[in-house]
Amino acid sequence: MSAPVLPDEAALRARLHAVPFARFFGVDLELRGDELTLVLPYRDALVGNPLLPALHGGVLGALLELSAVTTVALALGQPHLPKTIDINIDYLRSGRPTATFARAKVTRLGRRIASVAAEAWQFERADPIAALHGHFLLTPE
Amino acid sequence: MSSPDAPPPTPPSATQIVQAMIQATPYAAALGFTLVDIAPARARMRAPYRADLVGDPDTGVIAGGVITALLDHVCGASVMNAMAQRQSIATLDLRIDYMRAAIPGRDVLAEAHCYKVTRSVAFVRAVAFEDDPEDPVANATAAFMIASDGGRRPGANRKPPR
Repeated sequence: MSAPVLPDEAALRARLHAVPFARFFGVDLELRGDELTLVLPYRDALVGNPLLPALHGGVLGALLELSAVTTVALALGQPHLPKTIDINIDYLRSGRPTATFARAKVTRLGRRIASVAAEAWQFERADPIAALHGHFLLTPE
Repeated sequence: MSSPDAPPPTPPSATQIVQAMIQATPYAAALGFTLVDIAPARARMRAPYRADLVGDPDTGVIAGGVITALLDHVCGASVMNAMAQRQSIATLDLRIDYMRAAIPGRDVLAEAHCYKVTRSVAFVRAVAFEDDPEDPVANATAAFMIASDGGRRPGANRKPPR
């Protein structure tokens, strides 16, 4: 049995910010114990409907996907982000022009594949604005 | 005001309208999306390859989040081009299967077909690829709500939810 890997917020943040798209996107993460939260501050460039205004569906999709892959990397204790096989996103509420948060739960961690569920919210954790479930291919170390 | 003798102004083409709508959508403009082609209930768009949109720094493959946004956006454009009149739409659900990594350095195209519109919901299929839709990077199926603003006024989202 391998030694337990202590979650390290700085290492996980460095891994996330090594992804150019994550820097473009402006996403950050917070780790408390084993609970990982992705934080996306609002900016006008993230809008999909400028009238309301509402966040673009692709913004919530990317936030949920990044939440899923970083949570799998944390669960595995390895720096490699898994590859997305499929994602299914439900849009529950309009994304308002404010900060958005996301958390994911690995529902099954197999040898090759992880099943993950993730939710994004803004004002209340219990009132998600979008939800994802998906499958991710684990990359060998 | 045009004079009575002047020829009537040419109405903007559907292509010009959809291209203008991309430019007016901040996130689509930020990702550099452009309209390639449209036909009734169909749209084709391009996401340019950009170093700042890479998802895997080891390989240079573009981020899945960019493909997700492209597929969502091209699906929405095909819905807009399938409705009899202009109405607000919002994505209800979006499923994406990623068959392979996009080729580093290459633009990604996506084409969508809105194959059914009802009073409340539109159904769409889309595919992302570099050269050949038969060799896809990703497939998407999506449903959109029609008249999604539900009578909400512009700026309605600036207030927190009740």
